[in-house]
Amino acid sequence: MKLIKLSGILLLSSSLLFGCANTDTTSTTEKEKATKNVAADALKGVTDEYRKYAIGEIEEFVKATEVFTTAVKNGDIDKAKALYAPARMHYERAEPIAEVFGDLDPKIDAREGDVPEVEWGGYHRIEKGLWDETTTKGYEQYAEQLMKDVNLLRAKVDTVEVTPDMLITGAVDLLNEVSTSKVTGEEDRYSHTDLYDFVANVQGAEKIYQLLNPALKEKDAELSKEIGARFDEVYSLLNKHKKEDGYKSYTDLSKEEVKELSQAIDALAEPLSQIGIVTEAS
Amino acid sequence: MAKNESNSDSQGTISRRDMLKTAGVGGIGVLIGASGLGGLMSITESKASSTGAKEVVSYYGKHQAGITTKTQNNVYFIALDVTTSKKEDLVKLFKEWTLAAALMSEGKPVGELSSNEFLPPKDTGEAAGLSASNLTITFGVGPSLFVKDNQDRFGLKQKQPKELADLPKFPLDALEEEWSGGDLCIQACADDLQVAFHAVRNLIRIARGKAILKWAQPGFQRTKHADAKEGTPRNLFGFKDGTVNPDVKNENQVNEQVWVQPGDGPNWLAGGSYLVVRRIQMFIEVWDRTNLKEQEATFGRYRDSGAALGQKDEFEKLDLKHKHANGSYSIPGDSHTRLSHGNGSEQILRRAFSYSNGMDPKTGSFDAGLLFLCFQRTPSKQFIPIQKRLSEMDKLNEYTSHRGSAMFACLPGTKQGGFIGETLFN
Ligand code: HEM
Repeated sequence: MKLIKLSGILLLSSSLLFGCANTDTTSTTEKEKATKNVAADALKGVTDEYRKYAIGEIEEFVKATEVFTTAVKNGDIDKAKALYAPARMHYERAEPIAEVFGDLDPKIDAREGDVPEVEWGGYHRIEKGLWDETTTKGYEQYAEQLMKDVNLLRAKVDTVEVTPDMLITGAVDLLNEVSTSKVTGEEDRYSHTDLYDFVANVQGAEKIYQLLNPALKEKDAELSKEIGARFDEVYSLLNKHKKEDGYKSYTDLSKEEVKELSQAIDALAEPLSQIGIVTEAS
Repeated sequence: MAKNESNSDSQGTISRRDMLKTAGVGGIGVLIGASGLGGLMSITESKASSTGAKEVVSYYGKHQAGITTKTQNNVYFIALDVTTSKKEDLVKLFKEWTLAAALMSEGKPVGELSSNEFLPPKDTGEAAGLSASNLTITFGVGPSLFVKDNQDRFGLKQKQPKELADLPKFPLDALEEEWSGGDLCIQACADDLQVAFHAVRNLIRIARGKAILKWAQPGFQRTKHADAKEGTPRNLFGFKDGTVNPDVKNENQVNEQVWVQPGDGPNWLAGGSYLVVRRIQMFIEVWDRTNLKEQEATFGRYRDSGAALGQKDEFEKLDLKHKHANGSYSIPGDSHTRLSHGNGSEQILRRAFSYSNGMDPKTGSFDAGLLFLCFQRTPSKQFIPIQKRLSEMDKLNEYTSHRGSAMFACLPGTKQGGFIGETLFN
């Protein structure tokens, strides 16, 4: 284990001898290089696979947005409401990649107050129209713009370089998204369809876990098993909240049920945060 | 509780800060890089004795620390529910907790920094560079760990002591589920709140997937820094609180009152102690408009000196027969002191802390009170009869409300290489 050998020195340089700036920087960069090379080579197949998956989701997202925005433009409010949450799931699954475009993400997914009122558009703006004002009138322009932005996203996604780092950080980030906004009901504050986003984030994280799992099993079979079991627990809680083809409204969850979901995510995210061991040379 | 002090608990050991300072000196750093951390420890450890840092309470021993230990400035108390259904997970958890608790008690992080930057650091980091601050971590198990919803969850039912049962309902109890019960508890006490919080935070993190937070309550006393004389701390009603307590330096007394003895019940708990926790809200706004005479009659003690009414010195033996000229008792019949004292046969080791949780959003008043923690050998002969008397008659009840309640058996201590809970699980 190449990296572990370094750890004696690294530990001291970073946590004890913080006065010695020289030792510190050299060892850190060496360490980074070592990790990155190992990771990039060994995980090449995995990053390619993930790229395919994420682009696939974005393609589905384009299609779903097409139907959704058309419904809005046609003034078909019931249809638009029905399409809203399922369409977003594709985006939420591919969040680690979609987020790379710092300019597009807010245009597509900003919530009220995230950006100045005049700039606010995208899914959540239309959500407010559909549920809060129960109208599509005046929202045609937002539908129009949203479609353009989503098409642009699709075009840009081809240029993204998928790195092991993106996967490792992305898996936990997806769950952090759940912890900080979905589980609190702040994501879809008008439609209360937060559970759809919740599920999609978990699925996105699970995909990454599945892709890294063969490598993970070799490093730490027990950890791999534990993460698998925790995913099962989260899904079995989510299954209790299924309704027709989708999920219950966030407002129909009791305080206890919200807490239960939140703690199950913490229980999953903690072992998942160890998935970075797949980058270590063995 | 200023009198709680157990000398054997404190030892002169090096703090993390001292280690940092020493490590930075001259060229030692380079040398250490080659020889590893073990080398560093031995170099600094030999120097440590001269620094005289006395902020480490030793973790290992016959009893857990944090019970007869001199009361620290802060507590962070948490109750947990176990989510795993496997006993082996529970055992693994206690093993990991023991190691982590021992490290943190010495002011060390729970794990070293990995060289792999794709991993989150093992230790959460906010105590880096801080002294151990007399941190003690005390683990307990609640009745619901043994049997919950009539289920013998971990095959431990046979081992449940009779004394480890839910407390009876007392008159005036206003208990809330969100502040009550728990399968396990952790009491982290330290002279620094950040150090105490760091401890529970890391222990909870280690428990993810096995146990979850049920409720949590931090508490404080005046700091030793603020009271150089280290007199009895005052509670939020302004009265000295902790005057009368068993003498923790007297081995006979603590064996009599605090530590569970062999033969008391199942032997796994010998050397442990029962903890009763009550989260008691104090209506400080109401208290503050009560005249001094009434306040003193409520406790049966003078606010200024802490002496019992009609007496001079705080620590004087209670004179319960002392009467005013008009024939009424100086220490009133419904006062907290008279009622809690009873005939003196029941004693508990009180180790309480004040809490203030900001504003109560319902009333706009402070949500403040006492996190009442008390340790004892036999709850049915100690806390329960005392609280029964208090709940029926105590004048203090006009100003307080019991919101939370829990009972735990704090496990006996362990030796290096062993783990907390070994006597229960093996
Ligand atoms: C908010 C609630 C409470 C407050 C503010 C409070 C405060 C006090 C004060 C000021 C004293 C006198 C000084 C001393 O000896 O420490 C005292 C004594 C005592 N209290 Fe409390 N107390 C509270 C609740 C309780 C409860 C729930 C119990 C136990 C059931 C209890 C048991 C005792 C005992 C045993 C003594 C010593 C009696 C003796 O002189 O032998 N207290 N308390």
